[in-house]
Amino acid sequence: MFPTPIQNYSLKVNIAYRLLLLLTLIVWLLPIIAVMLTSMRTFDDVLLGNYWTFPKETALISNYAAVFEGGKMGRFFLNSLIITLPTVCGTLFLSSLAGYSLAMHRFKLNFLVFAMFIAGNFVPYQILMIPVRNISIEMGMYNTHLGLIIFHIAFQTGFCTFFLRNFIKDLPFELIEAARADGATEWIIYKKIILPLIIPALAALGVLEFTFIWNDYFWALVLTQGDTVKPITLGLQGLKGEWITSWNLISAGSVVAALPPVIMFFILQKQFIQGLTYGAVKG
Amino acid sequence: MTFWERNQLKLAPFLFLAPAILIFLIYVIYPIIDSIWVSFHEWNGFDKNGIRSNGNPNWRWVGLQNYITVFFDDEEFYTSFFNNIRWLIFSFIAIPIGLLLALFVNQQIAGMRYIKSLFYFPFVISSVVIGMIFTWFYNPRYGALAFVLNFFGLDPIPVLADESLATYGIIIASLFPGIAYTMILYITGLTGVNREIIEAGRIDGATGFTMLWHIILPQLKAVTLICIVVTIVGSLRSFDLIAVMTAGGPWGSTEVLAYKVFRESLFNYRMGYGAAIATILFLIMDIYIIWFLIRLYKNERSEK
Repeated sequence: MFPTPIQNYSLKVNIAYRLLLLLTLIVWLLPIIAVMLTSMRTFDDVLLGNYWTFPKETALISNYAAVFEGGKMGRFFLNSLIITLPTVCGTLFLSSLAGYSLAMHRFKLNFLVFAMFIAGNFVPYQILMIPVRNISIEMGMYNTHLGLIIFHIAFQTGFCTFFLRNFIKDLPFELIEAARADGATEWIIYKKIILPLIIPALAALGVLEFTFIWNDYFWALVLTQGDTVKPITLGLQGLKGEWITSWNLISAGSVVAALPPVIMFFILQKQFIQGLTYGAVKG
Repeated sequence: MTFWERNQLKLAPFLFLAPAILIFLIYVIYPIIDSIWVSFHEWNGFDKNGIRSNGNPNWRWVGLQNYITVFFDDEEFYTSFFNNIRWLIFSFIAIPIGLLLALFVNQQIAGMRYIKSLFYFPFVISSVVIGMIFTWFYNPRYGALAFVLNFFGLDPIPVLADESLATYGIIIASLFPGIAYTMILYITGLTGVNREIIEAGRIDGATGFTMLWHIILPQLKAVTLICIVVTIVGSLRSFDLIAVMTAGGPWGSTEVLAYKVFRESLFNYRMGYGAAIATILFLIMDIYIIWFLIRLYKNERSEK
């Protein structure tokens, strides 16, 4: 096998390889396949312990309708969107400004500020938990979308600034020097030169951040109460308590909760992988 | 020339950085300092000037008492600590498996791009969903594991209700996205492997495992380091799966430090005690953070 290209082997080996690949993939995805099939099952089917057989009687529509019944699931889904989208935009805006400055401006403390953003990014969440909760309560932002959004922006700015600073640092400095010589203001340079050049990096970070924030569970747990602000991760867990052993409903709910990041991932797969590996390799 | 035009190169960095620095100081740096400060106090989380029903103040300086209690008078702390170590050790399984899968799919055949992305799938799914899938898998009445065991004539094993097995059950669940992550990293690493060195190795007669060990793996050193780092950080951060799958139970047997901080602070109203454990977790993580910063500083210096 690797490093030899499979094409150099005999036809038999080629067929065997493809079959084995397919088999591995199916085994790997068995848990997810089970969830997708079960989200279409009737409860009776669940009780019989049918996992990977195709449901005899599909309850696709009734299960998903049941999941959204009472409006809670719809609310949680909407909450996740309300929290995630502004967070991604806000983080990208703040960190592109900061990243530009750290990459292209020379001043004392430059490395120190950079180090602060990086170090903060690795801190365990729990050391922030009590003070962040208290700050949110004092500022009247506990159990509001805004409270979660602002905290997420603050925390994610660390990672994104780190990422964008490195990306901008690799751009040719002459470009900026030339623009400065032409009398362009720093704001114009940021807007007209830097932003267009970092679009690939922003796309990569955007899809990555979308996934991180959408999947956040801990901060929602610490900064919300009741159902009005809860994102879908936390909401789903609450609904699980109501559905008890109706694994068909739990499965359908899981599919709904997992869908947006999965769709994002499939559309922007290249950017996602680039973002993930660039961030990690540079780190 | 206006004042702004004359001074903008000096002022711009300040203005560009101000929003990010300000929000970061408020929500990340200050909370770290505040948590350490709280860890030297006994505090139930209520009004700091208030009095408890037993006459003691809500907020009281206790010096190192919380730390002394943690180390000498709290068996649960050691349970959590050793669970973190278990997470650390067993999470490493993700690295060789991720490497094997990466080597396995690293071929150019039609549709491979889609096959790869299906392999990455578990990484983008929220840990709440992963947790639910595996809770169901382990369920002794309806779970897949029970049905498989039943098929072989064995009794179901209630993995998550068993004190000695539950943590391993959760770690296995965490391997699902964990392997996907190391696999992604290795696949990217493999695209950078030098063909010429491989050919040279082949001429020297390296095949199979020798080829992997002596020729390919040394070129993947940087990626392996990243995998080790993300695995360590991930295992110290483990929280979501535990909260979703067992909530620390049965009888606290699946708690890790992160979960213990959460429970002590927000359920038992022992903010100071929770903060002390959070500080210990933070100090453990600092070893890694400092190493990382030193490495970065050296890189920056050598680039200049």
